[in-house]
Amino acid sequence: MTFTAKLWAPPLLTVRFLPVWRRNLLVWKKLAIASVLGNIADPLLYMLALGYGIGSLIGEVGGMSYIAFIGTGMVCQSAMFTASFEGMYSAFSRMHVQRTWEAIINAPIGIDDVIMAEWIWAATKAVMSTAAILVVIMALGYGHTWLAVWILPLGFIVGLTFGAAGLVMNAMAPGYDFFTYFFTLVLTPMLLLSGVFFPVEQMPPVLAAIAEFLPLKHAIDIARPLMLGRVPDQLLLHAFVLVFYAALAFYVALVLTRRRLLK
Amino acid sequence: MNDLEDDVPAADSTPAASRPTAVSQHDRRDVVLRVDGLRKRYGENEVVRGLSFEIRRGDCFGLLGPNGAGKTTTLRCCLGLIDPDGGTIEMVGQPVPKAAREARIRVGVVPQMDNLDPDFTVTENLRIYGGYFGLRRAVIDARIPRLLEFAGLASKGSAGLRTLSGGMKRRLTLARALINDPELLILDEPTTGLDPQARHLIWDGLRQLLAQGKTILLTTHFMDEAERLASRLAVIDHGALIASDTPRGLLAQHVEPEVVEVYGDEAKKWADIHGRRLSARLEIAGETAFCYANDAQPLLADLATRAGVRYLHRPANLEDLFIKLTGRELRD
Repeated sequence: MTFTAKLWAPPLLTVRFLPVWRRNLLVWKKLAIASVLGNIADPLLYMLALGYGIGSLIGEVGGMSYIAFIGTGMVCQSAMFTASFEGMYSAFSRMHVQRTWEAIINAPIGIDDVIMAEWIWAATKAVMSTAAILVVIMALGYGHTWLAVWILPLGFIVGLTFGAAGLVMNAMAPGYDFFTYFFTLVLTPMLLLSGVFFPVEQMPPVLAAIAEFLPLKHAIDIARPLMLGRVPDQLLLHAFVLVFYAALAFYVALVLTRRRLLK
Repeated sequence: MNDLEDDVPAADSTPAASRPTAVSQHDRRDVVLRVDGLRKRYGENEVVRGLSFEIRRGDCFGLLGPNGAGKTTTLRCCLGLIDPDGGTIEMVGQPVPKAAREARIRVGVVPQMDNLDPDFTVTENLRIYGGYFGLRRAVIDARIPRLLEFAGLASKGSAGLRTLSGGMKRRLTLARALINDPELLILDEPTTGLDPQARHLIWDGLRQLLAQGKTILLTTHFMDEAERLASRLAVIDHGALIASDTPRGLLAQHVEPEVVEVYGDEAKKWADIHGRRLSARLEIAGETAFCYANDAQPLLADLATRAGVRYLHRPANLEDLFIKLTGRELRD
Protein backbone atom coordinates (compact mmCIF):
# COMPACT_ATOMS: atom_id res chain seq x y z
CA MET A 1 0.00 0.00 0.00
CA THR A 2 1.40 3.43 -0.87
CA PHE A 3 1.86 6.04 1.80
CA THR A 4 -1.03 8.11 0.44
CA ALA A 5 -3.32 5.10 0.41
CA LYS A 6 -2.31 4.25 3.97
CA LEU A 7 -2.89 7.84 5.03
CA TRP A 8 -6.47 7.81 3.75
CA ALA A 9 -7.24 4.22 4.77
CA PRO A 10 -10.44 3.72 6.77
CA PRO A 11 -9.95 3.66 10.55
CA LEU A 12 -8.62 0.40 11.95
CA LEU A 13 -10.72 0.19 15.08
CA THR A 14 -9.88 -2.46 17.66
CA VAL A 15 -10.31 -2.95 21.41
CA ARG A 16 -6.60 -2.19 21.77
CA PHE A 17 -7.65 1.39 22.43
CA LEU A 18 -8.85 0.30 25.89
CA PRO A 19 -5.50 0.27 27.76
CA VAL A 20 -4.78 3.74 26.39
CA TRP A 21 -8.21 5.00 27.47
CA ARG A 22 -7.59 3.43 30.85
CA ARG A 23 -4.26 5.23 31.13
CA ASN A 24 -6.04 8.56 30.73
CA LEU A 25 -8.64 7.55 33.29
CA LEU A 26 -5.92 6.66 35.83
CA VAL A 27 -4.19 10.02 35.38
CA TRP A 28 -7.54 11.76 35.71
CA LYS A 29 -8.27 9.91 38.97
CA LYS A 30 -5.15 11.46 40.48
CA LEU A 31 -6.43 14.96 39.79
CA ALA A 32 -10.13 14.24 39.74
CA ILE A 33 -11.39 16.89 42.14
CA ALA A 34 -9.53 19.76 40.53
CA SER A 35 -10.51 18.49 37.12
CA VAL A 36 -14.23 18.20 37.86
CA LEU A 37 -14.29 21.58 39.54
CA GLY A 38 -12.53 23.12 36.56
CA ASN A 39 -15.00 21.58 34.15
CA ILE A 40 -18.20 22.47 35.96
CA ALA A 41 -17.44 25.64 37.95
CA ASP A 42 -17.84 27.97 34.98
CA PRO A 43 -21.09 26.55 33.64
CA LEU A 44 -22.55 26.36 37.15
CA LEU A 45 -21.73 29.99 37.88
CA TYR A 46 -23.30 31.09 34.59
CA MET A 47 -26.33 28.96 35.21
CA LEU A 48 -26.91 30.27 38.72
CA ALA A 49 -26.08 33.92 38.05
CA LEU A 50 -27.98 34.24 34.77
CA GLY A 51 -30.67 31.80 35.86
CA TYR A 52 -31.58 33.67 39.04
CA GLY A 53 -30.58 37.12 37.81
CA ILE A 54 -32.17 37.30 34.36
CA GLY A 55 -34.61 34.55 35.29
CA SER A 56 -36.24 36.83 37.88
CA LEU A 57 -36.89 39.41 35.12
CA ILE A 58 -38.29 37.18 32.40
CA GLY A 59 -40.00 34.21 33.99
CA GLU A 60 -40.58 31.27 31.67
CA VAL A 61 -38.84 30.65 28.36
CA GLY A 62 -39.91 27.91 25.99
CA GLY A 63 -42.23 26.35 28.55
CA MET A 64 -39.62 26.09 31.31
CA SER A 65 -38.21 28.37 34.02
CA TYR A 66 -35.26 30.40 32.75
CA ILE A 67 -32.85 28.69 35.14
CA ALA A 68 -33.86 25.27 33.82
CA PHE A 69 -33.68 26.66 30.26
CA ILE A 70 -30.16 27.98 30.66
CA GLY A 71 -29.17 25.01 32.83
CA THR A 72 -29.98 22.62 29.98
CA GLY A 73 -27.97 24.81 27.62
CA MET A 74 -25.09 24.77 30.07
CA VAL A 75 -25.13 20.97 30.23
CA CYS A 76 -24.62 20.85 26.47
CA GLN A 77 -22.05 23.61 26.31
CA SER A 78 -20.02 22.07 29.11
CA ALA A 79 -19.92 18.76 27.20
CA MET A 80 -18.76 20.76 24.18
CA PHE A 81 -16.02 22.69 26.01
CA THR A 82 -14.81 19.74 28.07
CA ALA A 83 -14.38 17.49 25.04
CA SER A 84 -12.82 20.26 22.90
CA PHE A 85 -10.35 21.05 25.65
CA GLU A 86 -9.43 17.39 26.05
CA GLY A 87 -9.00 16.90 22.30
CA MET A 88 -6.79 19.96 22.04
CA TYR A 89 -4.74 20.92 25.13
CA SER A 90 -4.63 17.54 26.89
CA ALA A 91 -4.08 15.51 23.73
CA PHE A 92 -1.37 17.95 22.63
CA SER A 93 0.42 17.50 25.96
CA ARG A 94 0.35 13.76 25.52
CA MET A 95 1.29 13.79 21.85
CA HIS A 96 3.87 16.56 21.69
CA VAL A 97 5.07 17.65 25.12
CA GLN A 98 5.23 14.37 27.07
CA ARG A 99 5.64 12.14 23.97
CA THR A 100 3.25 9.67 25.57
CA TRP A 101 1.84 8.63 22.19
CA GLU A 102 5.33 7.89 20.92
CA ALA A 103 5.88 5.50 23.83
CA ILE A 104 2.52 3.84 23.17
CA ILE A 105 3.05 3.25 19.44
CA ASN A 106 6.40 1.60 20.18
CA ALA A 107 4.29 -1.02 21.96
CA PRO A 108 1.95 -3.16 19.83
CA ILE A 109 -0.68 -0.44 19.58
CA GLY A 110 -1.39 1.51 16.40
CA ILE A 111 -1.84 5.24 15.99
CA ASP A 112 -5.49 4.58 15.04
CA ASP A 113 -5.99 2.95 18.45
CA VAL A 114 -4.40 5.95 20.16
CA ILE A 115 -6.67 8.45 18.37
CA MET A 116 -9.67 6.25 19.10
CA ALA A 117 -8.70 6.16 22.79
CA GLU A 118 -8.35 9.94 22.95
CA TRP A 119 -11.67 10.36 21.16
CA ILE A 120 -13.57 8.06 23.52
CA TRP A 121 -11.75 9.61 26.47
CA ALA A 122 -12.80 13.14 25.45
CA ALA A 123 -16.40 11.89 25.27
CA THR A 124 -16.02 10.18 28.65
CA LYS A 125 -14.98 13.45 30.23
CA ALA A 126 -17.88 15.19 28.53
CA VAL A 127 -20.24 12.71 30.22
CA MET A 128 -18.62 13.42 33.57
CA SER A 129 -19.23 17.15 33.38
CA THR A 130 -22.70 16.56 31.92
CA ALA A 131 -23.51 14.37 34.91
CA ALA A 132 -22.15 16.86 37.43
CA ILE A 133 -24.26 19.73 36.12
CA LEU A 134 -27.30 17.52 35.71
CA VAL A 135 -27.05 16.56 39.38
CA VAL A 136 -27.02 20.23 40.39
CA ILE A 137 -30.06 20.98 38.23
CA MET A 138 -31.90 18.05 39.78
CA ALA A 139 -30.86 19.09 43.26
CA LEU A 140 -32.26 22.56 42.62
CA GLY A 141 -35.59 20.89 41.87
CA TYR A 142 -35.74 21.27 38.08
CA GLY A 143 -36.23 18.45 35.64
CA HIS A 144 -37.49 15.65 37.87
CA THR A 145 -38.06 13.13 35.15
CA TRP A 146 -36.40 9.86 34.26
CA LEU A 147 -36.18 11.00 30.67
CA ALA A 148 -33.52 13.52 31.79
CA VAL A 149 -31.14 10.60 32.33
CA TRP A 150 -30.94 10.31 28.53
CA ILE A 151 -29.00 13.57 28.60
CA LEU A 152 -25.98 11.48 29.72
CA PRO A 153 -25.64 9.51 26.48
CA LEU A 154 -26.35 12.76 24.66
CA GLY A 155 -23.35 14.26 26.50
CA PHE A 156 -21.28 11.34 25.22
CA ILE A 157 -22.27 12.00 21.61
CA VAL A 158 -21.63 15.74 21.98
CA GLY A 159 -18.25 14.74 23.43
CA LEU A 160 -17.53 12.59 20.38
CA THR A 161 -18.40 15.47 18.06
CA PHE A 162 -16.25 18.09 19.74
CA GLY A 163 -13.54 15.72 20.93
CA ALA A 164 -12.96 14.76 17.30
CA ALA A 165 -12.96 18.43 16.26
CA GLY A 166 -10.39 19.12 18.99
CA LEU A 167 -8.25 16.25 17.71
CA VAL A 168 -8.35 17.74 14.21
CA MET A 169 -6.94 20.96 15.65
CA ASN A 170 -4.42 18.98 17.68
CA ALA A 171 -3.11 17.23 14.58
CA MET A 172 -2.44 20.61 12.95
CA ALA A 173 -1.19 22.53 15.99
CA PRO A 174 2.37 23.85 16.14
CA GLY A 175 1.79 24.88 19.78
CA TYR A 176 -0.89 25.55 22.39
CA ASP A 177 -1.59 29.07 21.08
CA PHE A 178 -3.05 27.58 17.92
CA PHE A 179 -6.11 26.38 19.84
CA THR A 180 -7.24 29.96 20.48
CA TYR A 181 -8.44 30.06 16.86
CA PHE A 182 -10.85 27.24 17.53
CA PHE A 183 -12.23 28.92 20.64
CA THR A 184 -12.62 32.33 19.01
CA LEU A 185 -13.74 31.30 15.55
CA VAL A 186 -15.77 28.16 16.29
CA LEU A 187 -16.74 27.58 19.89
CA THR A 188 -17.71 31.10 20.98
CA PRO A 189 -19.95 31.77 17.93
CA MET A 190 -21.41 28.29 18.38
CA LEU A 191 -22.19 29.07 22.01
CA LEU A 192 -23.97 32.31 21.12
CA LEU A 193 -25.89 31.03 18.07
CA SER A 194 -27.08 27.64 19.31
CA GLY A 195 -29.72 28.72 21.77
CA VAL A 196 -27.86 28.29 25.04
CA PHE A 197 -28.87 31.67 26.48
CA PHE A 198 -31.96 32.49 24.42
CA PRO A 199 -34.17 30.58 21.98
CA VAL A 200 -32.83 30.34 18.43
CA GLU A 201 -36.23 31.59 17.17
CA GLN A 202 -35.45 34.99 18.72
CA MET A 203 -32.62 35.55 16.28
CA PRO A 204 -32.84 37.16 12.82
CA PRO A 205 -33.77 34.52 10.17
CA VAL A 206 -30.29 34.46 8.63
CA LEU A 207 -28.66 33.61 11.95
CA ALA A 208 -31.39 31.10 12.76
CA ALA A 209 -30.70 29.42 9.41
CA ILE A 210 -26.97 29.26 10.17
CA ALA A 211 -27.77 27.74 13.56
CA GLU A 212 -29.36 24.76 11.77
CA PHE A 213 -25.84 23.70 10.74
CA LEU A 214 -24.38 23.91 14.25
CA PRO A 215 -24.07 20.65 16.19
CA LEU A 216 -24.54 22.35 19.56
CA LYS A 217 -27.96 23.61 18.44
CA HIS A 218 -29.05 20.06 17.66
CA ALA A 219 -27.73 18.82 21.01
CA ILE A 220 -29.83 21.45 22.78
CA ASP A 221 -32.88 20.53 20.68
CA ILE A 222 -32.57 17.04 22.15
CA ALA A 223 -31.73 18.07 25.71
CA ARG A 224 -34.49 20.63 26.45
CA PRO A 225 -37.48 18.35 25.76
CA LEU A 226 -35.79 15.57 27.75
CA MET A 227 -35.48 17.94 30.69
CA LEU A 228 -39.19 18.72 30.40
CA GLY A 229 -40.02 15.01 30.29
CA ARG A 230 -40.86 14.86 26.59
CA VAL A 231 -39.38 12.80 23.79
CA PRO A 232 -37.74 15.33 21.42
CA ASP A 233 -39.27 16.01 18.00
CA GLN A 234 -37.10 14.98 15.07
CA LEU A 235 -34.84 13.10 17.45
CA LEU A 236 -33.25 11.09 14.65
CA LEU A 237 -32.45 14.17 12.58
CA HIS A 238 -30.74 15.91 15.50
CA ALA A 239 -28.83 12.78 16.44
CA PHE A 240 -27.82 12.25 12.81
CA VAL A 241 -26.32 15.76 12.58
CA LEU A 242 -24.23 15.16 15.71
CA VAL A 243 -23.06 11.72 14.63
CA PHE A 244 -22.31 12.97 11.11
CA TYR A 245 -20.04 15.74 12.41
CA ALA A 246 -18.44 13.33 14.88
CA ALA A 247 -17.62 10.69 12.26
CA LEU A 248 -16.37 13.23 9.73
CA ALA A 249 -14.14 15.03 12.23
CA PHE A 250 -12.80 11.73 13.59
CA TYR A 251 -11.78 10.59 10.13
CA VAL A 252 -10.10 13.93 9.36
CA ALA A 253 -8.31 13.83 12.73
CA LEU A 254 -7.11 10.32 11.97
CA VAL A 255 -5.72 11.19 8.54
CA LEU A 256 -4.01 14.36 9.79
CA THR A 257 -2.50 12.62 12.81
CA ARG A 258 -1.17 9.75 10.68
CA ARG A 259 0.37 12.34 8.37
CA ARG A 260 1.93 14.14 11.31
CA LEU A 261 3.36 11.16 13.20
CA LEU A 262 3.98 8.36 10.73
CA LYS A 263 6.58 9.93 8.52
CA MET B 1 14.69 -12.70 33.62
CA ASN B 2 12.90 -15.59 31.95
CA ASP B 3 14.74 -17.90 29.64
CA LEU B 4 14.24 -16.55 26.14
CA GLU B 5 14.56 -19.89 24.41
CA ASP B 6 11.49 -21.33 26.11
CA ASP B 7 9.08 -20.65 23.29
CA VAL B 8 11.32 -21.72 20.45
CA PRO B 9 10.61 -25.31 19.37
CA ALA B 10 13.66 -27.52 19.45
CA ALA B 11 15.14 -28.09 15.99
CA ASP B 12 15.12 -31.83 16.67
CA SER B 13 11.34 -31.96 16.92
CA THR B 14 11.02 -31.75 13.11
CA PRO B 15 11.84 -34.92 11.17
CA ALA B 16 15.12 -34.50 9.37
CA ALA B 17 13.63 -35.24 5.96
CA SER B 18 11.10 -32.39 6.15
CA ARG B 19 13.65 -29.60 6.49
CA PRO B 20 16.05 -28.50 3.77
CA THR B 21 19.18 -28.55 5.88
CA ALA B 22 19.54 -28.34 9.61
CA VAL B 23 22.00 -25.52 9.24
CA SER B 24 19.82 -23.21 7.17
CA GLN B 25 16.87 -23.65 9.51
CA HIS B 26 19.07 -23.04 12.48
CA ASP B 27 20.35 -19.91 10.77
CA ARG B 28 16.92 -18.58 10.03
CA ARG B 29 15.80 -19.01 13.56
CA ASP B 30 18.95 -17.39 14.78
CA VAL B 31 18.51 -14.13 12.93
CA VAL B 32 16.44 -11.79 15.09
CA LEU B 33 16.43 -8.85 12.69
CA ARG B 34 17.13 -8.94 8.98
CA VAL B 35 17.17 -5.71 6.98
CA ASP B 36 17.70 -6.10 3.25
CA GLY B 37 18.10 -3.28 0.74
CA LEU B 38 16.19 -0.78 2.88
CA ARG B 39 15.35 2.52 1.19
CA LYS B 40 13.55 5.58 2.55
CA ARG B 41 13.08 8.88 0.79
CA TYR B 42 11.70 12.19 2.05
CA GLY B 43 10.88 14.25 -1.03
CA GLU B 44 14.11 14.58 -2.97
CA ASN B 45 16.23 13.51 -0.03
CA GLU B 46 17.01 9.79 0.16
CA VAL B 47 17.75 9.23 3.85
CA VAL B 48 18.34 5.47 3.69
CA ARG B 49 19.92 4.06 0.53
CA GLY B 50 19.91 0.31 0.21
CA LEU B 51 20.90 -0.58 3.76
CA SER B 52 21.33 -4.28 4.61
CA PHE B 53 22.33 -5.97 7.86
CA GLU B 54 21.47 -8.94 10.07
CA ILE B 55 21.41 -9.32 13.82
CA ARG B 56 21.88 -12.77 15.33
CA ARG B 57 20.44 -13.97 18.58
CA GLY B 58 22.56 -12.97 21.55
CA ASP B 59 24.47 -10.28 19.67
CA CYS B 60 24.78 -6.66 20.64
CA PHE B 61 24.68 -4.93 17.30
CA GLY B 62 25.93 -1.35 17.24
CA LEU B 63 24.64 0.92 14.50
CA LEU B 64 27.09 3.79 14.28
CA GLY B 65 26.87 6.92 12.23
CA PRO B 66 27.07 10.69 12.49
CA ASN B 67 23.93 12.79 13.06
CA GLY B 68 21.64 12.51 10.04
CA ALA B 69 23.20 9.25 8.84
CA GLY B 70 19.78 7.56 8.86
CA LYS B 71 20.00 5.64 12.16
CA THR B 72 16.69 6.73 13.66
CA THR B 73 14.87 6.45 10.32
CA THR B 74 16.14 2.87 10.05
CA LEU B 75 14.85 2.05 13.54
CA ARG B 76 11.45 3.60 12.78
CA CYS B 77 11.22 1.47 9.63
CA CYS B 78 12.09 -1.66 11.63
CA LEU B 79 9.33 -0.90 14.14
CA GLY B 80 6.86 -0.39 11.31
CA LEU B 81 6.16 3.22 12.30
CA ILE B 82 7.10 4.39 8.82
CA ASP B 83 6.94 2.48 5.57
CA PRO B 84 10.13 1.96 3.61
CA ASP B 85 10.22 2.93 -0.08
CA GLY B 86 12.12 -0.26 -0.85
CA GLY B 87 13.71 -3.33 0.64
CA THR B 88 12.49 -5.89 3.15
CA ILE B 89 12.59 -6.17 6.93
CA GLU B 90 12.03 -9.23 9.05
CA MET B 91 11.97 -8.70 12.80
CA VAL B 92 11.60 -11.56 15.32
CA GLY B 93 10.40 -13.70 12.43
CA GLN B 94 7.65 -11.30 11.30
CA PRO B 95 7.61 -9.36 8.03
CA VAL B 96 7.58 -5.60 8.65
CA PRO B 97 5.61 -3.40 8.03
CA LYS B 98 2.99 -6.05 7.19
CA ALA B 99 3.06 -7.71 10.61
CA ALA B 100 4.76 -4.86 12.49
CA ARG B 101 2.32 -5.00 15.37
CA GLU B 102 2.90 -8.72 15.91
CA ALA B 103 6.64 -8.09 15.78
CA ARG B 104 6.46 -5.26 18.32
CA ILE B 105 4.82 -7.62 20.83
CA ARG B 106 8.24 -9.24 21.22
CA VAL B 107 10.44 -6.15 20.99
CA GLY B 108 11.39 -3.58 23.64
CA VAL B 109 12.25 0.01 22.73
CA VAL B 110 14.31 2.61 24.59
CA PRO B 111 13.72 5.85 22.69
CA GLN B 112 16.19 8.67 22.26
CA MET B 113 14.13 11.07 24.38
CA ASP B 114 12.45 10.09 27.62
CA ASN B 115 8.73 9.58 27.26
CA LEU B 116 7.81 8.18 30.65
CA ASP B 117 4.44 9.16 32.08
CA PRO B 118 5.14 12.09 34.43
CA ASP B 119 1.83 11.70 36.29
CA PHE B 120 2.52 8.13 37.37
CA THR B 121 4.83 6.60 39.93
CA VAL B 122 7.73 4.36 38.94
CA THR B 123 5.70 1.17 39.43
CA GLU B 124 2.65 2.60 37.69
CA ASN B 125 4.78 3.45 34.66
CA LEU B 126 5.78 -0.19 34.34
CA ARG B 127 2.27 -1.49 35.02
CA ILE B 128 0.53 0.79 32.53
CA TYR B 129 3.10 0.09 29.84
CA GLY B 130 2.70 -3.66 30.36
CA GLY B 131 -0.99 -3.14 29.70
CA TYR B 132 -0.20 -1.90 26.19
CA PHE B 133 1.18 -5.37 25.43
CA GLY B 134 -2.05 -7.00 26.53
CA LEU B 135 -0.26 -8.65 29.45
CA ARG B 136 -2.37 -9.80 32.37
CA ARG B 137 -2.02 -7.82 35.57
CA ALA B 138 -0.67 -10.85 37.46
CA VAL B 139 2.07 -11.38 34.87
CA ILE B 140 3.04 -7.71 34.99
CA ASP B 141 3.04 -7.53 38.78
CA ALA B 142 5.23 -10.63 38.97
CA ARG B 143 7.81 -8.99 36.71
CA ILE B 144 7.89 -5.56 38.32
CA PRO B 145 10.00 -6.32 41.44
CA ARG B 146 12.74 -7.92 39.32
CA LEU B 147 12.69 -5.05 36.86
CA LEU B 148 12.90 -2.47 39.65
CA GLU B 149 15.84 -4.30 41.13
CA PHE B 150 17.50 -4.56 37.72
CA ALA B 151 17.10 -0.81 37.28
CA GLY B 152 18.41 -0.05 40.76
CA LEU B 153 15.02 1.44 41.65
CA ALA B 154 13.86 -1.17 44.17
CA SER B 155 13.34 1.48 46.86
CA LYS B 156 11.72 3.94 44.43
CA GLY B 157 8.67 1.94 43.37
CA SER B 158 6.16 4.43 44.72
CA ALA B 159 8.23 7.53 43.94
CA GLY B 160 6.76 10.14 41.60
CA LEU B 161 8.51 10.64 38.29
CA ARG B 162 9.36 14.24 39.07
CA THR B 163 11.61 13.16 41.95
CA LEU B 164 13.86 11.01 39.73
CA SER B 165 17.23 12.06 38.34
CA GLY B 166 17.98 11.84 34.61
CA GLY B 167 19.91 8.62 35.14
CA MET B 168 17.08 7.03 37.11
CA LYS B 169 14.59 7.95 34.40
CA ARG B 170 16.80 6.34 31.77
CA ARG B 171 17.06 3.17 33.85
CA LEU B 172 13.31 3.14 34.32
CA THR B 173 12.88 3.54 30.56
CA LEU B 174 15.16 0.53 30.10
CA ALA B 175 13.16 -1.47 32.66
CA ARG B 176 9.94 -0.43 30.90
CA ALA B 177 11.31 -1.76 27.61
CA LEU B 178 11.76 -5.15 29.29
CA ILE B 179 8.22 -5.45 30.67
CA ASN B 180 7.20 -7.74 27.80
CA ASP B 181 10.36 -9.87 28.18
CA PRO B 182 11.37 -8.98 24.60
CA GLU B 183 13.45 -11.08 22.24
CA LEU B 184 15.04 -7.97 20.81
CA LEU B 185 15.84 -4.76 22.64
CA ILE B 186 16.21 -1.63 20.51
CA LEU B 187 18.03 1.32 22.06
CA ASP B 188 18.29 4.65 20.28
CA GLU B 189 21.23 6.55 21.77
CA PRO B 190 20.48 5.29 25.27
CA THR B 191 23.04 7.34 27.17
CA THR B 192 22.96 10.67 25.33
CA GLY B 193 22.76 13.45 27.91
CA LEU B 194 23.79 11.32 30.91
CA ASP B 195 26.76 11.96 33.18
CA PRO B 196 29.57 9.35 33.25
CA GLN B 197 28.32 7.63 36.43
CA ALA B 198 24.80 7.23 35.08
CA ARG B 199 26.18 6.07 31.75
CA HIS B 200 28.21 3.29 33.42
CA LEU B 201 25.12 2.07 35.27
CA ILE B 202 23.22 1.76 31.99
CA TRP B 203 26.15 -0.11 30.44
CA ASP B 204 26.27 -2.50 33.41
CA GLY B 205 22.57 -3.18 32.94
CA LEU B 206 22.97 -3.85 29.23
CA ARG B 207 25.90 -6.19 29.87
CA GLN B 208 23.72 -8.13 32.33
CA LEU B 209 21.05 -8.48 29.66
CA LEU B 210 23.59 -9.71 27.13
CA ALA B 211 24.88 -12.23 29.64
CA GLN B 212 21.30 -13.52 29.92
CA GLY B 213 21.26 -14.01 26.17
CA LYS B 214 19.17 -11.00 25.10
CA THR B 215 19.70 -9.53 21.66
CA ILE B 216 20.36 -5.80 21.46
CA LEU B 217 20.29 -3.27 18.65
CA LEU B 218 21.97 -0.08 19.74
CA THR B 219 22.49 3.18 17.91
CA THR B 220 25.09 5.51 19.27
CA HIS B 221 27.65 8.06 18.33
CA PHE B 222 29.68 7.42 21.48
CA MET B 223 32.53 5.20 20.41
CA ASP B 224 33.40 4.07 23.92
CA GLU B 225 29.81 2.86 24.27
CA ALA B 226 30.09 0.83 21.08
CA GLU B 227 33.52 -0.42 22.12
CA ARG B 228 32.29 -1.66 25.49
CA LEU B 229 29.02 -3.24 24.43
CA ALA B 230 28.83 -4.15 20.78
CA SER B 231 29.85 -7.58 19.52
CA ARG B 232 29.17 -6.47 15.94
CA LEU B 233 29.22 -3.01 14.43
CA ALA B 234 27.86 -1.40 11.32
CA VAL B 235 29.04 2.07 10.37
CA ILE B 236 26.54 3.92 8.22
CA ASP B 237 26.70 7.34 6.63
CA HIS B 238 24.37 9.09 4.20
CA GLY B 239 21.97 6.18 4.58
CA ALA B 240 24.34 3.48 3.33
CA LEU B 241 26.51 0.88 5.01
CA ILE B 242 30.20 1.75 4.92
CA ALA B 243 31.61 -1.14 6.93
CA SER B 244 30.38 -3.98 9.13
CA ASP B 245 32.29 -6.48 11.26
CA THR B 246 33.32 -7.14 14.84
CA PRO B 247 34.93 -4.10 16.49
CA ARG B 248 38.33 -5.83 16.32
CA GLY B 249 37.81 -6.86 12.71
CA LEU B 250 36.85 -3.34 11.69
CA LEU B 251 39.91 -1.85 13.34
CA ALA B 252 42.23 -4.43 11.78
CA GLN B 253 40.70 -3.87 8.38
CA HIS B 254 40.52 -0.08 8.27
CA VAL B 255 42.89 1.57 10.71
CA GLU B 256 46.61 1.33 11.38
CA PRO B 257 47.09 -0.17 14.86
CA GLU B 258 49.08 2.66 16.45
CA VAL B 259 48.35 6.35 16.78
CA VAL B 260 50.55 9.21 17.86
CA GLU B 261 48.73 12.46 18.56
CA VAL B 262 51.08 15.40 18.25
CA TYR B 263 50.19 18.87 19.51
CA GLY B 264 51.91 22.07 20.60
CA ASP B 265 53.13 25.21 18.78
CA GLU B 266 55.42 23.41 16.37
CA ALA B 267 53.11 20.45 15.69
CA LYS B 268 51.92 21.55 12.26
CA LYS B 269 55.34 22.44 11.03
CA TRP B 270 56.74 19.16 12.33
CA ALA B 271 53.91 17.25 10.68
CA ASP B 272 54.64 18.73 7.27
CA ILE B 273 58.39 18.18 7.42
CA HIS B 274 58.74 14.89 9.34
CA GLY B 275 55.33 13.55 10.31
CA ARG B 276 54.12 12.68 6.85
CA ARG B 277 57.34 10.86 6.05
CA LEU B 278 57.23 8.74 9.21
CA SER B 279 53.44 7.94 9.28
CA ALA B 280 51.44 5.56 7.17
CA ARG B 281 48.72 8.23 7.22
CA LEU B 282 48.50 11.65 8.84
CA GLU B 283 45.52 13.89 9.54
CA ILE B 284 45.45 17.40 10.94
CA ALA B 285 42.46 18.39 13.06
CA GLY B 286 42.65 21.82 14.65
CA GLU B 287 45.97 22.03 16.50
CA THR B 288 46.56 18.29 16.56
CA ALA B 289 48.31 16.02 14.08
CA PHE B 290 47.05 12.42 14.16
CA CYS B 291 49.83 10.11 12.94
CA TYR B 292 48.66 6.59 12.11
CA ALA B 293 51.35 3.93 11.84
CA ASN B 294 51.83 0.17 11.77
CA ASP B 295 54.95 0.72 13.84
CA ALA B 296 55.20 3.95 15.81
CA GLN B 297 58.81 3.54 16.93
CA PRO B 298 60.39 5.75 14.20
CA LEU B 299 57.82 8.48 14.98
CA LEU B 300 58.49 8.32 18.71
CA ALA B 301 62.25 8.33 18.20
CA ASP B 302 61.99 11.44 16.05
CA LEU B 303 59.58 13.21 18.40
CA ALA B 304 61.87 12.61 21.37
CA THR B 305 64.44 14.91 19.75
CA ARG B 306 62.00 17.79 18.98
CA ALA B 307 61.28 20.81 21.10
CA GLY B 308 57.92 22.63 20.95
CA VAL B 309 55.78 19.52 20.46
CA ARG B 310 54.03 17.25 22.89
CA TYR B 311 52.64 13.88 21.97
CA LEU B 312 50.53 10.94 23.07
CA HIS B 313 51.09 7.40 21.89
CA ARG B 314 48.08 5.07 22.01
CA PRO B 315 46.48 2.10 20.23
CA ALA B 316 43.94 2.91 17.53
CA ASN B 317 40.33 2.88 18.71
CA LEU B 318 36.84 3.04 17.21
CA GLU B 319 36.91 6.80 17.23
CA ASP B 320 39.80 6.70 14.76
CA LEU B 321 37.85 4.24 12.66
CA PHE B 322 34.71 6.35 12.80
CA ILE B 323 36.54 9.51 11.82
CA LYS B 324 38.35 7.75 9.01
CA LEU B 325 35.14 6.33 7.58
CA THR B 326 32.85 9.33 8.04
CA GLY B 327 35.28 12.24 7.82
CA ARG B 328 36.02 15.09 10.17
CA GLU B 329 33.54 17.68 8.98
CA LEU B 330 30.83 18.75 11.40
CA ARG B 331 27.27 17.35 10.98
CA ASP B 332 24.12 19.03 12.12
